[in-house]
Formats: sequence, C-alpha cells, structure tokens
Amino acid sequence: MNICRRNMYSKKFGRLMFGLCTRCSTSVVTAATISTSHRTAVRLTSVCKHRMHFLERRSQIGLEHARVRCSSQTTVDPNEVKRFQLLASKWWNEQGEFAALHSLNDLRVPFIRDNLLNAHGRGQPGKPLAELRILDVGCGGGLLTEPLGRLGACVLGIDPVADSIGIAEVHAWHDPDVRDNVRYRSITLEELSEKGGQGAGQFDAVVASEVVEHLAQLETFALCCNQVLKPGGSLFITTINKTRLSYALAIVAAEEVLHIVPRGTHDWDKFVCPVELERLLESRESVFSPPLYLRATPILCLTRLLGRQSLKMVSTWTQSGVCCTTLCQGPGSGRKTPASTTRCML
Amino acid sequence: MHSVTKATLARIGRWCVNVNRFTGARIIYRGVACTAEHGDRENELYDVIISGGGMVGTAMACSLGLDPNLEGKKILLLEAGNKKVMEKVPDAYSTRVSSISTGSATILTGVGAWDHIMNMRYKPYQKMQVWDACSDALITFDKENLQDEMAYIVENDIIVAALTKQLENLSDHVRVQYKSKVVKYTWPKSHQVEDSIPWVQVTLANGQTLQTKLLIGADGPNSMVRQEAGIPTVKWNYDQSAVVAVLHLSEPTENNVAWQRFLPTGPIAMLPLSDTESSLVWSTSHHHAEELLNLDEESFVDAVNSAFWSNENHSELAETAGSLFRTALSVLMPSAGSTRQLPPSVAGIGPKSRVMFPLGMGHASEYIRHRVALIGDAAHRVHPLAGQGANLGFGDVACLTQVLSQAAFNGKDLGAMQHLLVYETERQRHNLPMMAAIDLMKRLYSTNAAPVVLLRTFGLQATNTLPAIKEQIMAFASK
Repeated sequence: MNICRRNMYSKKFGRLMFGLCTRCSTSVVTAATISTSHRTAVRLTSVCKHRMHFLERRSQIGLEHARVRCSSQTTVDPNEVKRFQLLASKWWNEQGEFAALHSLNDLRVPFIRDNLLNAHGRGQPGKPLAELRILDVGCGGGLLTEPLGRLGACVLGIDPVADSIGIAEVHAWHDPDVRDNVRYRSITLEELSEKGGQGAGQFDAVVASEVVEHLAQLETFALCCNQVLKPGGSLFITTINKTRLSYALAIVAAEEVLHIVPRGTHDWDKFVCPVELERLLESRESVFSPPLYLRATPILCLTRLLGRQSLKMVSTWTQSGVCCTTLCQGPGSGRKTPASTTRCML
Repeated sequence: MHSVTKATLARIGRWCVNVNRFTGARIIYRGVACTAEHGDRENELYDVIISGGGMVGTAMACSLGLDPNLEGKKILLLEAGNKKVMEKVPDAYSTRVSSISTGSATILTGVGAWDHIMNMRYKPYQKMQVWDACSDALITFDKENLQDEMAYIVENDIIVAALTKQLENLSDHVRVQYKSKVVKYTWPKSHQVEDSIPWVQVTLANGQTLQTKLLIGADGPNSMVRQEAGIPTVKWNYDQSAVVAVLHLSEPTENNVAWQRFLPTGPIAMLPLSDTESSLVWSTSHHHAEELLNLDEESFVDAVNSAFWSNENHSELAETAGSLFRTALSVLMPSAGSTRQLPPSVAGIGPKSRVMFPLGMGHASEYIRHRVALIGDAAHRVHPLAGQGANLGFGDVACLTQVLSQAAFNGKDLGAMQHLLVYETERQRHNLPMMAAIDLMKRLYSTNAAPVVLLRTFGLQATNTLPAIKEQIMAFASK
C-alpha cells in the first residue's frame, strides 16, 4: 500500500507541476486558423514552427500522423474509437491512465451540479439533481455518469466504444445507488438525436466533458445537442483550450514528458478555443444564449498549492486551466440576454 | 352411489392435489422470497458502518445521521455491548470522566447531545493550575474574565447516554445493532477485479454478514479494524497506570479549578465534579498504583493530600534558582505571574470507586485505507495528563463528517481514497503536534534530575508570565 501511495504522490506531483502553469485562456493564438475547412492551412508563427517540428518528429518515431477534423457528417472519429477501445479496461483504475479524469470530477461535478441547481431549483436533500434527465455524451467508462447518477439524476451515458460501455455497465451494476438511475448505450449522438427517435427533446442537460477534442465534426455535434435538449435545457462542455500554453502542457508535458496521459490521446489541431466554440454554438440560429465561463488561473492554483500539500495537489491540478462552458438554450425566441459572462475564478 | 362417491372422491382428490400444489407453490415462493429477503439482509449493503459504540463512535453516528447531504444513505452503528440507557442520573459519580473542551462542546451541541448532557450532569471550570513538585514553578490558565468557562468535566457514562438518546431520535436515518461483536473483516481490492465484491464485508459473531462502502473504525485503542487492516502503529507503554477515584472534599467550596501537580512518579490531577466532590486521576508507576489500590480509605486520603501539599521533593538548588528567576521575571513583567494556591483538602472517597488502568501512547501511521477510516482512540491514544483524548476524538468526528458530506454532495463513492486522504491529512496535522507535546511533557516531568528540573522550572515560569503564549496554548487545546 505504501508503494501505491508513493506512486500516487509522484504522479500527483507531476500533475501539480503541470497544473502550476495552467492552460491560460487569455493567450489565444491568432495565427492558427480554426475553421473546419482550413485546418491544414498553417501560418509560420513560432507556435506553428514548433508544432511542425514536433509533428515531424512524431511521424519519424512512427506514431500516427496528426489528425485534423475531416469534413464528414459524423462526429465519430474511427481512430479515436480504436484508441479508446484499447484502453477500455483501464477506466476505473484511479491511479492508472485515466487518473486525470478521475481527478477532474472534483471540478466538473460541482460545476454541473451548481448550474443545474441554479436553473432548476434545489432537489431533495441527498439527491439534489432528482428528476433531471441528463445525457452524458462520450461517457467512456462512466466516470462522470456515476457521480451524476448518485446525485439523483436519471442519466443516459452514450459512447461509440462498446467495450467502454460494457465496463461502465458492470461497474454501475455493483452500486445500488447508481444501478437504478444510470443507463448506458453504445450508440452515437447522431443516432440518438434522429428526429422522432428516443433521444429527441428528452434531456434537461447534455454533458460533453473532454469530448469535443476527440470529435470528427463539431457542427453536427452542435446540431444533435440542439435536437436532444428540451427547451431551456443546458449544455455543458469541458475541453482543453487551444493556445501555445496548452500545446506545451497538454501535449508536450502531459503526454511526452510526465506521462500523465497516454501518448497520442490529444491532438492539438482538434482543440477548440472558447471564442470559436461560442461562435459555433451561437451560430445555430441564435439558439444558444451567451455562456457562463468557469476558469482557473495559475495564481489561484499556486495559492491553493501553498495552502495545502499532499493530496490536495489532485484538486489543485483539476482546478487548473480547464475551460468549462455552460450554455443555456434560450426559449427559442431568438432573444439574446446581455453577455453576462460570469468569469468566476475558483 | 359408488360411482358418485368415486367421482366425488376423484374430484376432491384432484382439488386437494391442486390445493397442495398451489400451497406448495406458495410455500416454495414464500421460501424463495424469504431466502431472497434473508439473503438480502445477510448481505445488506450499507453506505457507512461504524464499528464501536463508545463516545466517539456514537457521536460519529449522530453526526452522519444529521447531515443533510447524507440523507438517504444507510448508516449502521455496531456495538458489542449493551445499550447504555440512563433513565435517571445516579447519585454517585462515576470514576471515568473526561475534560470536554469548548470546541468539543460545540461539536456535541451540533449533534444535539449537549442539551441532554446539560440536563443530566456536568461541571464547567474556569481555571487550571499546573505546578511542579520539585520546585515552586507553576502555571495557571484561565480566560480573560473568569466568567467564561475553560472546559467542562463530564462523566463518560453521561456522554454516551446523551449521545444514545440523541441517536434514538435519528432512528430513521441510523440503525444501531447492540450486542454485535465483529469476528472478521474482509477487505476489497483497490480497483475493480472481475467477480470480486468491491465492498468491505463485516462478519458478526452471530453469523450475519454485512457489506459496506465505508467502514469507520471507532473501536478503541486495541482497534480490531486497525489490526486487521494491517495499519502500522507507533505505540509504546508508559510504565504507568492511572488510578481514578471520586473524592469527597473536606468542605464545600466553589469548585471551579482543575488542579494538576507533576510528581516525579507522575502527574496527579483533581478535577471538579461538584461543590463537594472531585475526580482524581493519579498516574503513577504500576507498583505504586497497586499499593494505592490496596490501602485503606484513610491512608489513601492521606496519600492524596500529601501528594498535593507536601514539598518533600523540593531541592534547595531548584528553590533558590526558581525564586531568583521569578524575581527577575517580575522585574521584567511586573503584572504577570500568579500566586500559588492550594487545592481543597480531601476527606474521603466514594464507595468502591478506586480503579486503575494502564497508560500508553499509540498513533496509527495511516488513518485511512481504501474504504476504511479510523477515528478516536483507534487512531490515536494519549496520556491523560492533558485531558485531550476525548477532544481529539470529537475533532476527528467533525472533520470526517464534513469530508463525507462534501463527497456525497459531489456524487462520490463514500469509500474512495481521494477525500479520505483529506481527512487524514487534516487530522494528522492537528493531532501529531498535540501528541508530541503531551509525550514531551510526560517525559520532561518524569524525572527529578537537577538540570531537567531547572530547565522545566524556568520554562514554566517564563511561560506563565507571557499571556500571549498561554492564550495560544489554550486556543490549541480547545479546538
């Protein structure tokens, strides 16, 4: 057990170092164009130079070439599916490959819970999200689905990787708190959102946490989310920002150096910055109203670090630089509420 | 007639067979249902099981039962003994008492038990005097104005009875099983393995098996939970036993001072119980303790009085040095310093009230494991000289409840290590300095070698003249 703890501490130290210099959302790279049709167009800024160098190195080592989003109509990227299929059995090992996602729950569950409570009022004590229906897109092994289920919500987790769904179902079956109100289906979002299908207009909230950076197509994704949400429903997206810093940390540091995340998990080209995401979602016929942001800054992480040590590092990392956006679907009148972008620092 | 009878008989026979089949089916169904129920009850899955129904275990149960975020969770308290009911407070005081700090009193108020305690019996005290037997050095603690209480002396039986009464009000949230001795714990693997049960299994002496997502060990200094989990413990026995008794004072007095004198054999303390009675806690060598127990009442009373009053352990050197130092200090800080008061004299003891128990120090190097947490004496055991044992336990209760409440509000599995580690860090940070200080005091005052006596004399006198330090000490002790 002591060896286990030592490993845990060293990994967390690594994550701490990573979290100290967070993905700051202010340094947006203007150089790289992010629109879907021009993803391969690269301007020679210093960032892109480094990136090209890095990509060349990667292809030399024999790793797969960087993916860009293809202009297909489906959100599912077959390479991503293959990658996650290989890791399917590792979901619930809290010190394994998905340790970072386990830690991230400290940040994303309160965020989702508090915003849903604001929108729908307090539930029963002990089950604050009772009577809410939530769709967890790209649920994987159910890391986020289960906590939401434990809070009383009726959650449907979907993922194209059948093995992950299998693991999620077995894990959920053991716990009676979760068994009754969490369901899983190995299905894509498009299939679920088909008009007249089971998913249409059914959900109070859709959660796509750490998913959009793995998708092939974002427009389809946005459209499907629109279709499955009830009027006035909420969409929660958490993803990595697209900046120089996020490249340095999420790709170089996290994957190559510190091995917090398995190599090849993320593709910097597929990262989305908040502005782009907002533009994408707001362009859907003004359906989504302006977002509320949740950001954490390096200074905040540092003060948290200095205050406590040992395993508080975990939550320090999790509260570092994840851009979480919640967007509320308006009542359909096209009315836009004034930009009340509450940038709440943790 | 014959044919009718046969036909009727056949019909009756068929009807009987049908009935039997139906009844049989019903019996089988009921049997299956019963097995299923019994099976369910046998392997019933609880969210939290607290093993040990003493002061700290019962407080934990009350605290979890009252928390709004833990509403709907299944909580069970297992106690090997009987239910401690106190219909009426007995006239005679019991020998085992605890000093409850203001922090612990707040925790007990939060749990709803303090009101019951106030209705039963308790004694607040405003001042504490601690002095040396080998010199004149002394230190007094009191709050700014003697109006505020420093702490309370409450009998252990009363605390447990009050908590049990409060637990009865929470019977729909917390189940309690008395006379349930645990014989075996089975631990889960740390992450999911095929076909294994991911919960802690608790096997009782009556054959019942229970499962839980989180096991809280509150089963005392010889904790079975701690031993079975293989948690390494740093522990040693002091070569001391504590003799406890209830003392009758010579005359009624405003008994609001706690007295403690450090003899070379160990500290002797007199804690107020009422205007006419006090509680004695005399830590001394095993041999001396046995002797004290065998003395007749008069000799015992004389021994107690002389322990508090006599100056036979004073050495010339220590006295001279001490008074010189005191003069120097009074020049520097004329307002500080206190006069030595003598505790009230003792006339008799309560009937059949002399008991002794061995003393030791123990600290679990880990308070938590996957799905296990230790609280109270199971995690830490201290010398009674500072009266902090119970307070540390109640502090554990408050911290763990807060951690579990937050975890439940975040939808976490209660037995997950992540938040349990937060509890462990916070409590170890608080408990270890306290335990180190208590152990240091015990060792410092266990000798009458001249250099050590001088050192502690100067130290004690200096501390006595610095109200800022005294306030810090009191604040730390009453957390």
